Amino acid sequence: MSKKEQVILEEPEVKKAEDVEKKAGTLEVFIMGKSYKVPAGLTIMKALEYAGYRYIRGCGCRAGFCGACSTIYRLEDEQKLGFDLACQKVVEDKMYLVQLPFVPAAKAEYDIEKIRPSESKILEYYPEIARCVSCNTCSKSCPQDIEVMKYIQRAIRGDIEKCAEISFDCIQCGLCAMRCPADIKHYHVSQLARRLRGKYIDTRSKNLSKRIKEIENRKYDSEIEKMIKMNKQEIKELYKNRKIEAEEGGS
Amino acid sequence: MKTIEGYPEYMMKSIKLVEKKREKNMAEPVKPMSLKDREKMLSKYHPDYMVGTKRKLRVGIDKDKLLYNGLVDLLEAKPVLDTKDVDLSKIDYEVDLLIIGGGGAGTVAALFAYESGVPLDKILIVTKLRHGDANSMMAQGGIQAADRPEDNPTLHYLDIYGGGHFTNKPELARALALDAPGIIKWHEDLGVMYDRHEDGEFQELSGGGTCRNRMHSCKDYSGMEIMRNIRDESRNLEIPVLEFCPVAELIMDDKGQVAGGVAFNLETFEYYVIRAKATILATGGSGRLHLSNYPTTNHYGATGDGLVMAYHAGANLLDLDTIQIHPTGDAYPEPLVGILSTEKIRGLGAIPINKNGDPFVFPLEPRDVESASFIKECKEGRGIVTPTGMPGVWLDTPMIEILHGEGTIESKLAGEVRKFKRFGIDMTKIPILVYPTLHYQNGGVEINEKTETKLPGLFGAGEVTGGVHGKNRLMGNSLLDFNVFGRRAGIYAAKYVKKAKIGKLTLSHLDKYNKMLEQAKIKPTKTAPIILPEYRGEMTISRALDIF
Repeated sequence: MSKKEQVILEEPEVKKAEDVEKKAGTLEVFIMGKSYKVPAGLTIMKALEYAGYRYIRGCGCRAGFCGACSTIYRLEDEQKLGFDLACQKVVEDKMYLVQLPFVPAAKAEYDIEKIRPSESKILEYYPEIARCVSCNTCSKSCPQDIEVMKYIQRAIRGDIEKCAEISFDCIQCGLCAMRCPADIKHYHVSQLARRLRGKYIDTRSKNLSKRIKEIENRKYDSEIEKMIKMNKQEIKELYKNRKIEAEEGGS
Repeated sequence: MKTIEGYPEYMMKSIKLVEKKREKNMAEPVKPMSLKDREKMLSKYHPDYMVGTKRKLRVGIDKDKLLYNGLVDLLEAKPVLDTKDVDLSKIDYEVDLLIIGGGGAGTVAALFAYESGVPLDKILIVTKLRHGDANSMMAQGGIQAADRPEDNPTLHYLDIYGGGHFTNKPELARALALDAPGIIKWHEDLGVMYDRHEDGEFQELSGGGTCRNRMHSCKDYSGMEIMRNIRDESRNLEIPVLEFCPVAELIMDDKGQVAGGVAFNLETFEYYVIRAKATILATGGSGRLHLSNYPTTNHYGATGDGLVMAYHAGANLLDLDTIQIHPTGDAYPEPLVGILSTEKIRGLGAIPINKNGDPFVFPLEPRDVESASFIKECKEGRGIVTPTGMPGVWLDTPMIEILHGEGTIESKLAGEVRKFKRFGIDMTKIPILVYPTLHYQNGGVEINEKTETKLPGLFGAGEVTGGVHGKNRLMGNSLLDFNVFGRRAGIYAAKYVKKAKIGKLTLSHLDKYNKMLEQAKIKPTKTAPIILPEYRGEMTISRALDIF
């Protein structure tokens, strides 16, 4: 490629909070009680960083998947506490903030090969679920809006399949367990339910077993070996001419 | 700012065009590009081909190789440890196997090392954040494995190799394709809940650059479901994990073997000397370096530490002249900029559309080609610019509901729906705005089929390694990568441990590296690895005092 053909493009800038501030104006937040002025429109996580905090704990994927940044907040003059993820929730004026760096909630240990999905299995490992008082505080504190109490009720009734389904989007932040008056560790309970369902309840794939046998019998070895030995031109031809399923309306 | 259905009025005008032409756009799809057209698109619009994004490295085993500027900056920085500060005669942890990194690759490696005979109390995972806080957890779309009758591992191999522009190490691509079905089976046995049809067969979708539908998914939480299962298994076994204790540098012995690492407790600032017969590098990628100034989809700890410490010790690097920008990073609203919208959205049938409501690219080109075509569209004025100046193109998500029926998005893309709903955008009814974002480190420390690096005693698995994907990775192959090579690393390291004999510990490679910097007339002002990115406000940093 000649130099002429190369095009220099402007790169998208990583947005500086300072620029955002100019456009959006500022608001006041209280980080563990201390007042800071931060630009409007930032997430709680970015607002803390703007204010000068450097995360060690309380920050993970920054995209709502890992559950590291559970945050508890209360707006000035509001009765209710709020629960959310710092990386997802946008700051509001007069927000009092604190993050939860760790959740003390031990999980049960089990050998998934040895246990079976019987109706009483979850109760056996987590007997405290029977103490659920149906207050629904768990569901109200879930940043994922999962019906936490509902899946605990399913677990009590031995409905592993439903418990797994309802809880599937759980990011295991632990806010439910920290709020529960019955000391239930909801997010550990549902982990067990999902593993039991995935392993023992869902029907297995037959295609997969067939393919694994073929691979064990080295059905594809020589063909791949042949491709590895091809020169670049040959393999490029092969690649270029392969049929693409999606193009034929596959999905 | 006044918004309608989550968007400002001027953006809604463009959305009206998208809606008006939706039926036509679905009926007349854009065809895939020829290899020649792909090359032309990349050479003009992908950062890998731009002047000024890369420069030659001046130090170490890969001297004169072209790498991204941000990586050269790290490799030409001073090693973060001063050897005089560390007393190697006092061993804090004496283990058979040290695993650096508690994400997918590290955890899988630990499980298979245990299964291959390394005692539990002789395994140690050290990790920078919490166990499982990793890019593995964030992978949404799925994992590839050729298990349908219409498909086979040969085709998977061909896709991997072609997608990587024929630059992959063939034996690694082969391992990836052939091990894949076995990995899915292992997941089934652990209890991973894959999306299935009623007969138990997997629901499999297409991904960019794949010739068959072979994407296995767990809604749009595929990585999370896999990661929390393997982590749960690791916790059941009580595999020892040190959290918030990243390894800052590797330890060598007087025979030139890697013999452990120096970990740094982020909360007490103490160091720990870890002596190990074998070490697995599973530190992940480097999105948080924001190479070429891109926003990133990566987790907080993705700062390329593994590359740096391995390079200090003498390991070589591959394909770091390329980065993977993912075509569909979020461009609007502002708090979501850079965060990923999964490729599965296109796999399910959503088409990228420009400002005028017109499609301009086959939705499932390999990621680099798809990204380049988005950049082109925006450069030529057919993108939409947000109120904060971010360019983007539409991804017409409502098409999915028309194709697969109402409710499909809610059931298959729950995480995405939840994310946009927070900002008043209902993606089941209205398109989302996307622009490429820094997503994956294609290359890294060179490994072979047994995950051995150039250095005896050092194994590598996952995003930190190079060779598997060549210069471009395809969707669904990174979840697969950390499983396939994490497993292999555990197995082969366990074998190695049985015969390994460690000599006298040393950090002299760091002194040597400093000398090489000096000889190359480099005067470093910074240190590396950097451990965590710096996002504090500039004002705060400029006024900070170092008195406490």
